[in-house]
Amino acid sequence: MNRLLTEPRLARADDLFEALVEAHRELDEAASDRLHARLVFVLANHIGDEAVVLEALAVARAAALE
Amino acid sequence: MPLSYQNPVYPYRRNADQDRSGGHHPVVIVGGGMVGLGMAVDLAWRGVASVVLDDNNTVSVGSRAICHAKRALEIYDRWGIADRLRGKGILWNLGRVFLRDRQIYDFNLQPEEGHAWPAFINLQQYYLEEYLVDAALASGLVDLRWKNEVAGIRQLPVGVELDIVTPDGAYSIACDWLIACDGAGSVVRRTLGLEFDGKIFEDRFLIADVQMKAEFPTERWFWFDPPFNPGQSALLHRQADDVFRIDLQLGADADPEVERQPERVIPRLRAMLGPDMPFELDWVSVYTFCCRRLERFRHGRVVFAGDSAHQVSPFGARGGNGGVQDVDNLGWKLALVLSGAAPESLIDSYDAERIPAADENILNSTRSTDFISPKNGASRAFRDAALELAASHAFARPLVNSGRLSRPHAYAASPLSTADRDAFVAGPAPGAPLIDAPVEAAGGDWLLHHMATGFTALVFGDVSPRDRARLAEGPVPISLCVVGEGAGSVRDAAGLIAGRYDGRAGTTYLVRPDQHVAARFRQFDVAALLEARDRAMGRVREAMA
Ligand SMILES: Cc1cc2nc3c(=O)[nH]c(=O)nc-3n(C[C@H](O)[C@H](O)[C@H](O)COP(=O)(O)OP(=O)(O)OC[C@H]3O[C@@H](n4cnc5c(N)ncnc54)[C@H](O)[C@@H]3O)c2cc1C
Repeated sequence: MNRLLTEPRLARADDLFEALVEAHRELDEAASDRLHARLVFVLANHIGDEAVVLEALAVARAAALE
Repeated sequence: MPLSYQNPVYPYRRNADQDRSGGHHPVVIVGGGMVGLGMAVDLAWRGVASVVLDDNNTVSVGSRAICHAKRALEIYDRWGIADRLRGKGILWNLGRVFLRDRQIYDFNLQPEEGHAWPAFINLQQYYLEEYLVDAALASGLVDLRWKNEVAGIRQLPVGVELDIVTPDGAYSIACDWLIACDGAGSVVRRTLGLEFDGKIFEDRFLIADVQMKAEFPTERWFWFDPPFNPGQSALLHRQADDVFRIDLQLGADADPEVERQPERVIPRLRAMLGPDMPFELDWVSVYTFCCRRLERFRHGRVVFAGDSAHQVSPFGARGGNGGVQDVDNLGWKLALVLSGAAPESLIDSYDAERIPAADENILNSTRSTDFISPKNGASRAFRDAALELAASHAFARPLVNSGRLSRPHAYAASPLSTADRDAFVAGPAPGAPLIDAPVEAAGGDWLLHHMATGFTALVFGDVSPRDRARLAEGPVPISLCVVGEGAGSVRDAAGLIAGRYDGRAGTTYLVRPDQHVAARFRQFDVAALLEARDRAMGRVREAMA
């Protein structure tokens, strides 16, 4: 079974961070939400395993600070 | 009252029970809608008489159910009315999904050849009910009592007593089994004080039947956010008599009284159909939908079927189709219990099988309705994102949910099934319905036509005269359907039967009276078949070693 990888894997994290922020620069809140959602679907399909995506969702939810 | 259709008026007649006390019947069915009538016809087909009580004197007023799914059609075929549906109705397999003003994808619900029935036939509910009334009357076993309203029921130690109101006054009867098919507002359910809980959706929907000479193809068309109904959805279906069903989502704030007025409806339809299309309004209604069910369907000698037991939103056409599968499941069990061949506990398996089926229908209908009417910003963002992606990427199309259309439930965890011991690479597993396939015969024929009223052994290969005799013994014989070359065999000309059942010499399926699989084996084995039959009748309770 596949499992979610959570060790550091991105060599150019700053570039990615900037590209993500940049993609939303001209968007209103609704359009921004839709872009997030499209990205999630594209990545989920790439992963191709609902269990791994749900694991990722749990990690993301758990990381929220009050 | 629709313009294109004149409701028949069935006569109220006095009956013998009104002139005596102590009238008693083995089976009384409350409600002569599509499910109650189906119950009566199925029982009659099995030789069981019933009394049907209906508070009205006609079939469905206005259309409601229009999409009749393949499995329901197979059941109607058994009851002898499916050819009338085919003759009058609209056959379809294809659906199209539009976003704003363009198609984003299409889907085929039955891409495979070699099936007697299409994925769906569209036909107004009142025609179906007419055919069921005709079949019920033709059987000679159904006592149809129009204008007989059930006002109350009392459960007896064994059986049920009913109070009935007619134009001539009230009377009472008793019965061994009461089948409550009195719809979503069930009086029987309320009399028993049973809770009917679930999810209620806020959005209102305008449902209109429109008569017009339009060239729309015989397909299901669904729009998200169309220019003619911005921010909402729309659904279009063709029915018989040049009548089209149009569903327009109105949102949660719409006022149903205002929205059903022709001066509101006509401009909405005009926007959709264009300024030049002549049309007549046949029938209009404004609905909110809910998905809910009873906790249990059997309460002593009262059994609920159809909308009295469970209700779904119409996206997916799972209401009527699900209800018909209820009575398909109940009919043979009731017939066996009434004949004394099966223990009364067999009726408990109706709950064990039809509650998961209702849950599957509710789950699918709820998800579709949630997708169609997103209730918060996040669900709308995901919904719209899926739609946007689906326009250009096939991978996103399975995320789009404009209705997951009715499919038969496979009774996967049924206590009546014998678990597989042998390996199969194809074919219906125990609990699943049979898969139809063509049979070679002059004029063409279908495998399902070769299933008996009772149990059937579907065997690939040959069966010795001695084994044939053993299967035919006893009060509940097993009929044979042999797929092969010999005399009396079903010929698998196209090879589709063997393919769909992973059939090799010796392969045997034990088929229940409702055409669901009870057991399957790689080797023909009479003892195993008889034991599986007994289990399917509720006579063997422990698991097989
Ligand atoms: C807009 C809409 C579209 C739909 N589309 C589809 C579809 O495409 N496909 C599909 O499969 N389903 C569809 N459905 C669902 C389908 O119409 C119902 O599931 C179906 O009608 C249920 O049949 P029923 O016999 O259980 O109940 P009903 O059709 O409600 O019949 C109940 C009967 O009981 C009688 N009755 C009630 N109370 C009493 C009493 N006290 N005494 C005596 N008689 C009584 C009534 O007169 C009626 O005849 C749709 C529903 C709606 C609202």
